[in-house]
Amino acid sequence: MTRVEGSSPPGQELLSSVGAAWTRAPYPSLVVDTAGALVEVNAQAARLFPAAGKGVPLARAVPDWLVEGHRRAAVGGADAAGPVRGRHEQWTLEAHATSGADGQVVWWLVDDTHRELAETALRNEQERTRFLAEASSRLLASLNTERCMEVAVELASQYLADAAVLVAPAAGRRHPLSLCAGGEVEHRTLRIDPADVPGLKEALQGFPPVPSRWIDPSALPEWALPDGFTGPVGSVVVTPLPGHGVPAGALILLRRSDQAAFDASEELFARVFAARAGAALSAARLYMEQSSITATLMEDLLPPLLRRVHGVEFAGGYRAAQDTERVGGDFYDVHPGAAPGEKTLAVLGDVCGKGLEAAVLTGRIRGTLQALLPLAGDHQHLLRLLNGTLLNSRHTRFATLVLASVVRQENTAHLSLTSAGHPPPLIVRQDGAVEEARTSGTLIGVLPDVRSVTAEVDLRPGETCLLYTDGVTEARGGPLGDVMFGDARLRDALAECAGMPAEAVVERIHMLVAEWIGDNRHDDIAVMAITAPRTTHLTAVDGHTAGRYTA
Amino acid sequence: MTDMTTAQEDGTLARSRDALWQAVWARDEDAAARAVFAALDAGVDPEAVLLDVIAHTQREVGRAWAENRFSVAQEHSATAIHERIIAAMAHRVPAPVTETPGTTVTVACVDGEWHALPARLLAEVLRLRGLRVDFLGAQVPTPHLIAHLHATVPTAVALSSSLPLRLPTAHSAITAVQAIGVPVVAGGAAFGTDGRYARLLGADAWAPDARSAAGLLERGLPRPAGGAVRQSVDDLPHLVDQEYTLVVRAKRRLVRNTLAGLEERLPAMRAYSEAQRERTAEDVLHIVEFLACSLYTDDSGLFTGFLDWTADILEARQVPARVLEPALALLQKELKDFPRTLGLLDQGRDTLRRRGTRPSVPGPGAPA
Repeated sequence: MTRVEGSSPPGQELLSSVGAAWTRAPYPSLVVDTAGALVEVNAQAARLFPAAGKGVPLARAVPDWLVEGHRRAAVGGADAAGPVRGRHEQWTLEAHATSGADGQVVWWLVDDTHRELAETALRNEQERTRFLAEASSRLLASLNTERCMEVAVELASQYLADAAVLVAPAAGRRHPLSLCAGGEVEHRTLRIDPADVPGLKEALQGFPPVPSRWIDPSALPEWALPDGFTGPVGSVVVTPLPGHGVPAGALILLRRSDQAAFDASEELFARVFAARAGAALSAARLYMEQSSITATLMEDLLPPLLRRVHGVEFAGGYRAAQDTERVGGDFYDVHPGAAPGEKTLAVLGDVCGKGLEAAVLTGRIRGTLQALLPLAGDHQHLLRLLNGTLLNSRHTRFATLVLASVVRQENTAHLSLTSAGHPPPLIVRQDGAVEEARTSGTLIGVLPDVRSVTAEVDLRPGETCLLYTDGVTEARGGPLGDVMFGDARLRDALAECAGMPAEAVVERIHMLVAEWIGDNRHDDIAVMAITAPRTTHLTAVDGHTAGRYTA
Repeated sequence: MTDMTTAQEDGTLARSRDALWQAVWARDEDAAARAVFAALDAGVDPEAVLLDVIAHTQREVGRAWAENRFSVAQEHSATAIHERIIAAMAHRVPAPVTETPGTTVTVACVDGEWHALPARLLAEVLRLRGLRVDFLGAQVPTPHLIAHLHATVPTAVALSSSLPLRLPTAHSAITAVQAIGVPVVAGGAAFGTDGRYARLLGADAWAPDARSAAGLLERGLPRPAGGAVRQSVDDLPHLVDQEYTLVVRAKRRLVRNTLAGLEERLPAMRAYSEAQRERTAEDVLHIVEFLACSLYTDDSGLFTGFLDWTADILEARQVPARVLEPALALLQKELKDFPRTLGLLDQGRDTLRRRGTRPSVPGPGAPA
């Protein structure tokens, strides 16, 4: 019989009772001799290895990994060899070796199958959680629907399937599609019949997903296969992307026939992923719809690009009080004269208030002025009409502005300047002298009657008239942090601008004010330069100032 | 494109450069346009005209201003003339039919960056090479840039900055752009002559000039994964010592106290006019800002380089750089609890001491 390690010195009764217990032990155990033949096999071991029996070579009765483990235990000593693990039929086993008598090795086997399964499940779950975390952060990164679709199919084809196709709801009659077979994502916009793919029509209508096993892979139409997808389709999952009340689209997952088909837990996981993709896609769609509406409404409120008109340079610069906004209560416009000899009307003004609300009122004023252009020759009359409109409007805000009618004769630009409660324009002469235009008047939208004095100013080549809002002079900052930019600094800055082109004057003033402000809060800022050019202008450039453009 | 030989082309370019330099010096827009269009008419590659004539001249203008050979008005006029010529060229030289379909590049300057010309030149070079370009211009607030990118999803963003002071802003722009899955190529003097600050701030690539930027963008860059925005300390762990934050937040106080200290130390300053006093305050503010920027990047070269440059600028205008050294000494007293800051100020004082022993910079009119 076998001597069990750690037992007392040989004593027949003890040994036999241990032997009986060993035989009935709930764990499989084997005793193997130095020649590699089985000496003893307990009941559990015999059940596990039907071929095992006394005298049978180990190699014929047990799996290879255990034979290999025994070989090492026989050479290195049973105690030195750690446990060995391996599969046998549906079980995963861990085998521990101990030394027996005469160089024999006793093998104790533990059924490890459940732990193994639990560990695998945990690993899968961890992997899925990691994937979902990554998927969420990547899906939410872009607010562009096409990019969002791209990321969704990329992720799905990397982790869930061999290929993925996202079908967005139809825009008009066509459906935008993103397809990916692991490589580059393709975007297609196709007139398709969703009923061609079993379950797709239902998914796009928000019905519960059709089980994968109901979908015949061979029935997939050509358009549902990405270009890089090779081999016949083995299994398909179609799952809706839930959106804000309405589906954001549907996801088709494809596996090749040489891969395992989608099982129930994978189908469930695909739905979890689809929920995240749907939420991200819906947010992106909402953002893009909103921003396109905003862009359309904002178009007329944005400061216009100014350019040279009939031999006179116009340039403007704008900075809204909030850096995240593009519009505010300051505004400017240039309405070119119908012909070179006719007056061009420029206007720059400031509506009380900030932000979008003020911007809407600037839009009304700009629109009214446009309608009153035929009367632009008489500033006083124009201002009176504008005042009437503002008084009668339901808005209770008021505005200040400067009107400039400009016409070039020979080399001289002739300006009529009228201020309505606005800081009078400054003029920089060729020699750097700075003058203030002698115009003044009441602001608009408060009193029933308005009065104003118009100044006539001539600009010789290289001279500039600067229109600006009080956002410039009242800007607080400077090296000490809380000093007003003020009139004197503006005049000094302008003195340096003699002979500069209009854009350069605007840029210079804008830059100095911005540097003065630093990171302080500030009001809306608008400046416009009207300049008589030093030389004849490049004709080809007309209409294209150095502003923003999109090529 | 042209049947000129290289030597002929070099000759034409050199003549065109000379003529353009003369023209911008005289602020003569017509002559400037003639200088540029003559080269185009002679068959020179438009890209060479942009980069080897206009960009070259613009660099010379910057140098002339630094050496006090050009007035502010001349410098701004030159830039405006160059902008206009580039716009006129865009009309004359049509963009080729796109060979790299789908390659769209957004070119923008960092918020606070007023020098749009280098970015503008890159935009034109890309257009000439057949890429689609959105040029957003100077000082683009990062929220505007991001909104534009959500709408357009370009292949890449080219981000330009010439002032090292904008590096913290550039950093937040770079990480915000990458977070939405768009790669960033950084360019401009702010990122260092070897691109070290572009790497430091985690840009996907850096280009020393418009030609290499265009090459990079043509070849394409991999998209970053996108997702969560990296925070500044993720890239720059030294920022946890809070020295950068505290110096920036104490900026105004530091300027005021240093100015008061200078008036005590330098009797000549007490006779300064209000305007002179303000210039000095601006100089001190710049010192503090560059100090903060060096703390942000943990790179002393930014600070000492700035001091060297400022001393050059002051001396070119015959203003003795004598306020710099005492200002650093006063700042050391104010910031005595900040070891990294004190180290930077020490290195700054060393730099200034070494200048004292070396011959003065070339005066006005001296060759560059």
